[in-house]
Amino acid sequence: MLHTLSIGELGESLSSGRISSVELTRHFLERIERLNPALNALITTTAELALAQASAADLRRAAGERGALLGIPLIHKDIFCTDGVRTSCGSRMLDNFIAPYDATVVSRLKEAGAIMLGKANMDEFAMGSSNETSFYGPVKNPWDTTRVPGGSSGGSAAATAARLAPFATGTDTGGSIRQPAALTGVTGVKPTYGRVSRYGLVAFASSLDQAGVLAHSAADAAEVLKVMAGFDPLDSTSIDAPVPDYPATLGAPLTGLKIGLLQEFFDGLEARNTALIHDALKIYRSLGAQTVEVSLPHLPLSVPTYYVVAPAECSSNLSRFDGVRFGYRCENPADLADLYKRSRGEGFGAEVKRRIMTGTYVLSAGYFDAYYLKAQKVRRLITDDFRAAFGKADLLIGPTTPTPAFSIGAKIDDPVTMYLNDIYTIGANLAGLPGLSLPCGFVEGLPMGLQLIGPHFSEAKLLNAAHRFQEATDWHRLSPRGYE
Amino acid sequence: MTDWEVVIGLEIHAQLATKSKIFSGSPTAYGAPPNTQADLVDLAYPGVLPVLNAEAVRMAVKFGLSIGAAVARRSVFARKNYFYPDLPKGYQISQYELPVVKQGRLAVMLDDGSVKTVGITRAHLEEDAGKSLHEGLVHASGIDLNRAGTPLLEIVSEPDMRSAKEAVAYMKKIHTLVRYLEICDGNMQEGSFRCDANVSVRPRGRERFGTRAEIKNLNSFRFVEKAINYEVARQVELLESGGTVVQETRLYDSDKDETRSMRSKEEANDYRYFPDPDLLPVQIDEPFIEAVRATLPELPDEKAARFARDFGLSAYDAGVLSASRELGAYFEAVTARLSAAHAKLAANWVMGELSSALNRDNADIAQSRVAPEQLSGLLARIVDETVSGKIAKEVFEAMWSEGGTADAIIEAKGLKQITDSGAIEGVIDAVIAANPKQLAEYRAGKDKLFGFFVGQVMKATGGKANPAQLNELLKLKLGGGA
Repeated sequence: MLHTLSIGELGESLSSGRISSVELTRHFLERIERLNPALNALITTTAELALAQASAADLRRAAGERGALLGIPLIHKDIFCTDGVRTSCGSRMLDNFIAPYDATVVSRLKEAGAIMLGKANMDEFAMGSSNETSFYGPVKNPWDTTRVPGGSSGGSAAATAARLAPFATGTDTGGSIRQPAALTGVTGVKPTYGRVSRYGLVAFASSLDQAGVLAHSAADAAEVLKVMAGFDPLDSTSIDAPVPDYPATLGAPLTGLKIGLLQEFFDGLEARNTALIHDALKIYRSLGAQTVEVSLPHLPLSVPTYYVVAPAECSSNLSRFDGVRFGYRCENPADLADLYKRSRGEGFGAEVKRRIMTGTYVLSAGYFDAYYLKAQKVRRLITDDFRAAFGKADLLIGPTTPTPAFSIGAKIDDPVTMYLNDIYTIGANLAGLPGLSLPCGFVEGLPMGLQLIGPHFSEAKLLNAAHRFQEATDWHRLSPRGYE
Repeated sequence: MTDWEVVIGLEIHAQLATKSKIFSGSPTAYGAPPNTQADLVDLAYPGVLPVLNAEAVRMAVKFGLSIGAAVARRSVFARKNYFYPDLPKGYQISQYELPVVKQGRLAVMLDDGSVKTVGITRAHLEEDAGKSLHEGLVHASGIDLNRAGTPLLEIVSEPDMRSAKEAVAYMKKIHTLVRYLEICDGNMQEGSFRCDANVSVRPRGRERFGTRAEIKNLNSFRFVEKAINYEVARQVELLESGGTVVQETRLYDSDKDETRSMRSKEEANDYRYFPDPDLLPVQIDEPFIEAVRATLPELPDEKAARFARDFGLSAYDAGVLSASRELGAYFEAVTARLSAAHAKLAANWVMGELSSALNRDNADIAQSRVAPEQLSGLLARIVDETVSGKIAKEVFEAMWSEGGTADAIIEAKGLKQITDSGAIEGVIDAVIAANPKQLAEYRAGKDKLFGFFVGQVMKATGGKANPAQLNELLKLKLGGGA
């Protein structure tokens, strides 16, 4: 079946002429049409555009052009601006917003010949861990449709898990790629901050946001990241460093690799989950890696730190949504203040408002030092902890989430409990480190994720470590029932 | 009566003369149709990011070096958050805690010729906002974002000025400086150069400052002076009638010549400044600073000192002639064709006839209808006594209105001075013969009549008689000699 093939296998099929990109695209569009209604993973399907892109890709291939993603379909998280296509960010505020330009991530994938099938559902403005804050309704987890797929890249994760596309883009501000990847049994990569351009990505928290990929395997993710990554003069925080040929570096032996076990990640973790991690470690040892115990003493402060820094930045980033130039505008505003209040009051959902208010508060005169400045100091301490840990270990390992996917509605009214779901993923964002989640087994029939975190710009090492694990295991090959 | 001391500090906004905006590639040219010079970054579309214009940083450093300031090796852009329709992002990118320029000073010459040094606390880079348009719109306001993102250098002085005149002198000096540096066109009508004035009063001798009011957006030297004077009078009157000054922002209404309250301190925004995470700190190293230093032109004070030294001009004349790069260059081009001994003559003409003609035409030096070589050609004829100073003014007027060289005009109009003693004597004799009564009175001791005879001779020669020769010969003749 086409939807179970890897990107490499699809490329071979396209090159040999066994299938065309148009056929491949039709196959996935048909799956979306048939399967998405139960999942709500996509906000917008761009069938016509996709088929036109597929025809163009077929012509390019016929003309002799090659490329790992040429003619391969994908789904973009609806946070990336796509020229001429609605970019809603999961919000009523941008329900009517047709982006007039492509994000750098989008244009790079377009140039590589990848085919956009549609735009994935997401938590509103990427604020959420369950995809329940979307204006377009919650996304269902294909492993159990009463469960959440995680968030904020929940649509991208569910669509990838349900094999509605070979891969999807996502963004990760506090775990928004890795956590949904873990809860839906796919491989998700959050690159180093600055590795992938943020230009055209609707900003949530600028110092934490990073674009990445959700795919069926580390090998597939390596192909995609190779195209997405690289310096962009339009993003001052993107880093001008050469991009390794990630796929070419896969397969290197792990002999002598020192894997650091994060003490703090196992505190309070359920026994069944701990057991899965230990099973994974056995595999790594069998591949020649060693394990060392490491500690990040300030990591327990990462959730409160994150929930000061991220809302502070979001409160400012979201000020541009004022009903004046684009997006939602209230009916018949009485005056300027009314225009602002009602456009924003009606356009934003509850979680977004909560974070804007939190962020406004922590930046206010008299509170700035106690919250924002203190949080920045703790952020530095957490970064220093990671640096010390990488003195002992090449990579850090632990669970991606404390629990498997929870039920829709279970946590949405309790923000603090919801926020704690990000406890293992937030540290990497605060320190700007690359992280990866890969499937490592099941608890009660629901997938669990193994998280790898590496030093800055160690994506190749992370992808290889994940790839070697996936060569030795089958977890990543399993599809939810009904989506095989 | 209390003797009140006035305390003034200025925040000058100089629009930097970059081709493109500070964080986007849009052009900065003035006067384009609304919203035609605003791209997605200026419009703050979702997902766009700012990229710093290096030229703006270079200009800020240039300014810093010209006022002997410290150029920060690391400065940080921060967001100043507030909602307004002409502020598309909902925040202005500015520099807050770590500005690019710190602690400079500027010597300012006052009207009485004394020199005052004004401290400059800081100068920082920021983006301008757009404009709200209300005229001609019914139940609506228009937004023009052409100006949004235009680079500004905000130059903040210490509260060192003690009168409106001092404030204006300081502002004019900064105006001269930024134009010398070619970092700002100084066009005040277009808003390229404007200021906010912080004004307070205190009883003379008291150290603690009085409560200040900030007068926003003054865009002419005259308004700065009038607004400050109005504000000082208002505060003094308030205090003397037992009231208190409240800290507030005020607007100057030039039609009514008064300031009005805009918002009080309590109503002031909490701007929630924090470092802009979209921009890296600006790192400036020594080689960059030295490269900028190498591009510094001769500064106004240096030029004035050189003029005084090399041309023997007074400090005042040297100051006037170095007030702009263009004027200084004009003056130097005129003197270049004369010997140094006649530089004072050139200075008088540039500051006198030429300036009057420019003022009359409301033109600046670049638009002068008389080129430096034309003027020096005329001055050469004064020096060699071909024409008198008085006739030279006539030649200058002809030159201004019709063009041509001094020599051609003198020739065509027959203005060449009469230096032939015989010819002058002949005219004198005729005048004396025609005025026997005046001659008798003069000889009886009425010395004042000498002028009458000079006038008569000049009238008869069409003003062309050499004045020195005329004087000498006339004295002899009236005295009864020769």
